[in-house]
Order: sequence, then structure tokens, then C-alpha cells
Amino acid sequence: MIRVYTSSVIDAPAEAVWGMIRDFNGLPKWHPLIAESRIENYRKADEVGCVRLFSLKDGGVIREKLLALSDFEYSCTYSILESPMGVDNYVATLKLTPITDGDRTFAEWSAEFDCAPGREQALSDSIGQGVFQGGFDALKRLLRDRRYSGRAA
Amino acid sequence: MIRVTRSTVIDAPIDRVWAVLRDFNSHIDWHPAIAQSEIEHGEKPDQVGCVRAFSLKNGAVLREQLLTLSDDHHVSTYCILDSTIPLKRYVATVRLSPVTDGNRTFWHWESTFSTPPGMEAELAAAVGNGVYETGFKALQDYLRKPSSEKKAATPVVATPAATGSAQSIVMSRHGGPDVFSYTETPVRAPGAGQVTVKHTAIGVNYIDVYVRNGLYGALIELPGTPGMEAAGVVSVVGPGVTHLAAGDRVAYACPPVGAYTTVRTMDAAQLVKLPGHISDEVAAAVMLKGMSAEYLLHRIRPVKAGDTVLVHAAAGGVGLLLCQWASRLGAKVIGTVSSESKAQLAADNGCAVPIVTRDYRFADAVLAATDGRGADIVYDGLGKLAFEENLRALALCSHWVSFGQASGAHDAVALERLGTKSIALSRPVLFHYTADPETLRQMSANVFAAIRAGVLQPHIGARFPLAQAAQAHEFLESRASTGAIILEP
Repeated sequence: MIRVYTSSVIDAPAEAVWGMIRDFNGLPKWHPLIAESRIENYRKADEVGCVRLFSLKDGGVIREKLLALSDFEYSCTYSILESPMGVDNYVATLKLTPITDGDRTFAEWSAEFDCAPGREQALSDSIGQGVFQGGFDALKRLLRDRRYSGRAA
Repeated sequence: MIRVTRSTVIDAPIDRVWAVLRDFNSHIDWHPAIAQSEIEHGEKPDQVGCVRAFSLKNGAVLREQLLTLSDDHHVSTYCILDSTIPLKRYVATVRLSPVTDGNRTFWHWESTFSTPPGMEAELAAAVGNGVYETGFKALQDYLRKPSSEKKAATPVVATPAATGSAQSIVMSRHGGPDVFSYTETPVRAPGAGQVTVKHTAIGVNYIDVYVRNGLYGALIELPGTPGMEAAGVVSVVGPGVTHLAAGDRVAYACPPVGAYTTVRTMDAAQLVKLPGHISDEVAAAVMLKGMSAEYLLHRIRPVKAGDTVLVHAAAGGVGLLLCQWASRLGAKVIGTVSSESKAQLAADNGCAVPIVTRDYRFADAVLAATDGRGADIVYDGLGKLAFEENLRALALCSHWVSFGQASGAHDAVALERLGTKSIALSRPVLFHYTADPETLRQMSANVFAAIRAGVLQPHIGARFPLAQAAQAHEFLESRASTGAIILEP
């Protein structure tokens, strides 16, 4: 089992960041690698157990199931049902924690999975940096821009 | 149940931050609120179950126990066992997480506790801001310093080392109240037989004036801090002290000088634990003056019903207590005062015959009030200038108790002058009586019991901030004061 963990600090209040990432169907709005997304079987995006089907900008398609959602803990846990990445038993959690000093957000994104031997480093890098840190960097830009443009968080 | 949560990002890798925070005694190295700290019973600071006993610079004293330590998840959970701050069922958790983006550390500090009603906001702020947020900034600064600048871990040794500071009145020469300055002074850790006391109230006594002006110059080593009476809370207990514990409310009236300060390390033997019904302020008003009244009335020439006693400065700190107690013992109290309003105050406190005089003339009035007999006992705090009048005012076979010299030290007394009336002369010093611990215990207990019974009613005439001790002395010497003067640290 490989574990990937990426964390960052986003210079915006945790409620604002949660507002952007809570929507299980909202990846295209903020994640630079995701093109389109929909929830299968007409379920709602915050119905725990729903499945999102989304496409990557480079062409791949991924299906993920929502396992846990908490507005209290600002966290969301999901598993991969199908993907072109070559990972098995993949479960990830995205969690926010308020930083009271400066009203900022500590964001953590972690995943555990199995993969073919030899693929560990490449997958850790592409998931940890490409997906997770890439997502955080995008959130930082979006929330910074939002602030400067005067739009409400 | 209150929950306090604070969090921050420390600009250092998690291993460096965790190395400091996993050491349950490290807070003495980096948290500015901590005065002293040690792990009890020689246990290691990462031994789960160990207890840290520490004091804060504001005088609070606490013991906390380590409940959880996880190097895996960077978690430390601990609870308060004892505290002079009323935090009940206080459990706190420190949790670190790595911020991989920038190799920094997220520090989450949270606690739950309850408080006495009405204190929720104050204590939540004290914990959240005074402990947690202050700690965040302090540890960040601490980790920025190069290792050579960091404080060495505080060893548990008997040798006192300077730690912490106080604000004190300091004098470098004798003279008027202007010789006082108010400055920061170091506080040493207590050595064997010593404790550190955080003062809550300081008593001003005429002996402080004698120390300041040089009459009792031998009592102070210059530069030094005057004062011989105060009340406070024990903050740290040195080795070998068994009759006191951190958190005890105590008071003292003893040499050496040094009471005009906020925090003092001193020998524990002369410290008396205060009963619940004696407030800190009353203790500072009454330890030296009350024990003076106790020994003057009971241990020199015991007062009995029917005695006529002459009390000078009858509206002063000791004077009022002498009037109250002597009248309760059945004596007729004649008192001298320097104003009409003081005469009224003395009369209200047991003085049957107040005499107003500003120039030490009172013998005629005393003789008139006693059908020419004179007084059986004179409690003389006046000294030199009142010598002749006191001699005239005393009865045959009387007792002259000279315990103060406000007008100057007596000249040599020719014994034959006393022989004209068979006068017994005593020149007692309180500290010779209180030097014996059992006598000290009895004397203080008698004073506290007399207060509880309403026999003694301490009168605080004025309060000054400690920084204004010079003004307090001016006030005392101007004869404007009545009762006790308190300095507030």
C-alpha cells in the first residue's frame, strides 16, 4: 500500500475554501487537470455513495465514489472505481482545517493505493504533485483572484 | 464546557518543531509565560504519565500530566492536575501536521475545560491568547535562533540561578523618600529552605522609614530593597521545604528587608500560611503591626483589666490595634494623636481619652485623666523628643515599653531617672520574639483569632501602587495617615 500525502496553506478562510471544493461534481470549476464532470443516476453531489464520472484534459476518464462528506470536519473521502492510472484499492481524503492565526486554511490531500511494482514513485509524484498540489495551487490562485476582484467569498 | 482552538503554521520542518514540542518540559525554554518548570520524580519528559510542575511569571502555579505522546502522528495530549488558575477538567492536545508545500508545520492546539461561572470569557482568552497564540510566536522565534543562542535546558540543581524578574523599589543611599527608585530586578530560584513568593499586598511600617533614613541603616545592604511585611502566593518551593506548597497563601513580617517588590525568593521559615478568613490585604496590614500589638500587650508586661495604658500615635497602624485590643482586655486606654480627626478615630477604636498634641506635650493631660496617678504602661513609639513627658506621665511601679523612635533614638537613659518612680524599661524588638517558629505560629494565630473574634479590626488608611512607595513614605511621615498603608504590586 502506497501512501501519498500533500498539504498546503491557502490564504483564505476555511469556509471559503470549503465552499469551492465541497461540490463533488465541481472539479472542473477549480482543478486544472479536469475537463468535465457529472454525477451518475441523477443523484445529488452531496449524497454519500454517489458516483462522479469525469474526464481529464489529456483524455482519460475516471469514475469515483463519494464515501464520506463532512461539513463539520471540512472533509471528503472517495474511492476510485475506474481509471487509466493503474491503481487499485485507491481511497483518498481531502480535508481542510482552519488556521486561526491569520484566518487561513490548512489543506491536506492524501491517498492510499496499490500499484504494480516499480510504478510507486511515478504514481506518487503525479498524484501528489500533479493532482493534489496542482489542485491546491489552483485554489490559491482562484481565491486570491476572488479577493482582489471584490467578489464575496 | 469550553473548547479553545488555535492553530498556526510554523516556518520550520515538522521534525524540528516536534523535537521541541514532544519534550514535555521544553516550554521553559521557549514560552515567555513560564517562570520555572521541572518534571517530577526525575522522570523523562517523554515518559507518558510524567508530570510537569511549573509556575508562570504572573505567579500562577500548575501541575500537568502527559497522557498521550505519538511520534507517529505528532500528537501530545495532557491534562491539568492542579492549578491556581480555576481551569477544571482541562485537557489539551497539541497536534502537528506537515505542510509539504514549503516544508513547514501546521500546529493545532486545542483544549476543553470548564470554569467557575462568569469566568468563561476571561479564561478562554487567557488560554487561547496568553498560552496558545503567545506560544506560537515564541516557538517560531525560538526556532529561528541559531542553536548557540538557545537557552540550555533548565537543570534540576540545588544551586540557585537567576530566573525571572521582578519590579522592586531600590535605594542606593539613605535619605528622604526621593532615594527610592522603581526598577526591574532579577529573581533567583529558591535554594534549600527557600521559596519564591509572588506578592499580592505589601505592608508599609515605620521601621521602613528608619531603614530608609539610616536610623536602622544596618538592616539594609546598599543598594537594596526595603520592606519587612507582605502577603502573597508561594510560586516555587525550594528543596527541603515541607511546611509550604506552591499555591499556598502566605504572609510574613520579618527580616531581612526586601518586601517592596513584586516577586521575592526568601527563607520559608518565617512564612505563615493564611487562614481563609484573612485576605491578602488584611494580612499585609496586620502581620507586623498585629504581632507587634500581640507581643507588646501580652509578652512584655501583660495588660490586665484595670490597667491604665498610654498609647502614642493611637490612630496609627500599631496604635489603633493597641487601642482595640487593650480596651478589650479591660484596660483604660489613653492615647496621643496629632489631630482632632485622629482623636475621633482613636476614640472609635477603644481609646477612652484621646489627647491631641503635635509637640509631644501630653503628661499634664495624662495626669489629669488619672487623678494624678499616671499610666501603668506606656507604649512608646515616639522616642527621643517625648522622653521627659513620658517620664512624667508614668505612674509609680509602671512599665515603659520603648518599641519605636519616630522622633529619634533615645539618648542614654540614666537608670536613676527610672529609679525616681520604680519604672521598668523594656526595649523589645518584635523579631527577637518571632525568631522562634513556635512563638511565631502562636503569635500569628492569636492575631488571626483576634480578628476573627472582632477584637481586632484592621484599618487600612491608604493604598499606593508599589511604584509610588516614596509617596507612601511621605504620606506616613507627614502624619496624615491613619491605620495601615498598603503598597499594591
